[in-house]
Amino acid sequence: MNGENDEQLKQLIRQAIAPVKDAELQRDLWPQMLKKLQQHEPVRVPWFDWVLAAVSCLILFLFPSVIPALLYHL
Amino acid sequence: MDLLERFAAGDLDAFEELFRQHQKAVYAWTVRIVRDPGIAEDLTVETFWRIYRSRSSFRTGGNFCAWARRIATNAAFDHLRAGKRRIEVALSDDLSGPADIDPAVRKETRDRIKKAFAELPPKYRLVATLALVEEEPYETIAEAAGISAGLVKMRVFRAVRILRKKLSSLVIQPGA
Repeated sequence: MNGENDEQLKQLIRQAIAPVKDAELQRDLWPQMLKKLQQHEPVRVPWFDWVLAAVSCLILFLFPSVIPALLYHL
Repeated sequence: MDLLERFAAGDLDAFEELFRQHQKAVYAWTVRIVRDPGIAEDLTVETFWRIYRSRSSFRTGGNFCAWARRIATNAAFDHLRAGKRRIEVALSDDLSGPADIDPAVRKETRDRIKKAFAELPPKYRLVATLALVEEEPYETIAEAAGISAGLVKMRVFRAVRILRKKLSSLVIQPGA
């Protein structure tokens, strides 16, 4: 009895919810993909920024007396 | 070096070529699960994003199509699980071919069935949509969902049981 009901139910589902046919993609999604790739691209710090940071750290390390003066001017 | 090897090595041009080759197939598969063209487009991009991120784990001798379909199924499942626009998506008639709907089944009945279908837990809804509505073979669903065909069969059975409970009056009286 349950088997018959299940078949009947499956038939009703097929009649109520039609399968997706001819689902053609209407546009090229590559530009959207490219945008997503660019959004998630890791932030690149230019090499001279690293050099500048390293030089600043070195100066502070070699001449710690400049720290109070620097803080005063901030 | 062939296309898949170049892709696995992180070549963006190779990825673009693969994207253009497979975007239609991935979209067509996704839209059958989520049943909304806009969401299917977003999920297609999400699928390829996941593909790009996990390119190093792709075995170049493997089947790219099957791999992409599996990732697409996971992305669609995540969407169903997130419950975004759950009812509305399932009730959308935009993609349904009117010729396939029996006019004898009244609108009210159809709406009840769609609502009950939309309320299924996502893991049952995924397999039930593909098996009962799209009539995909269990093996195809199993491969795409990364589970066994036996488990697909069991989930379909459980989905039908849940639907039967919710729609008992319809099953007893089909003309209702």
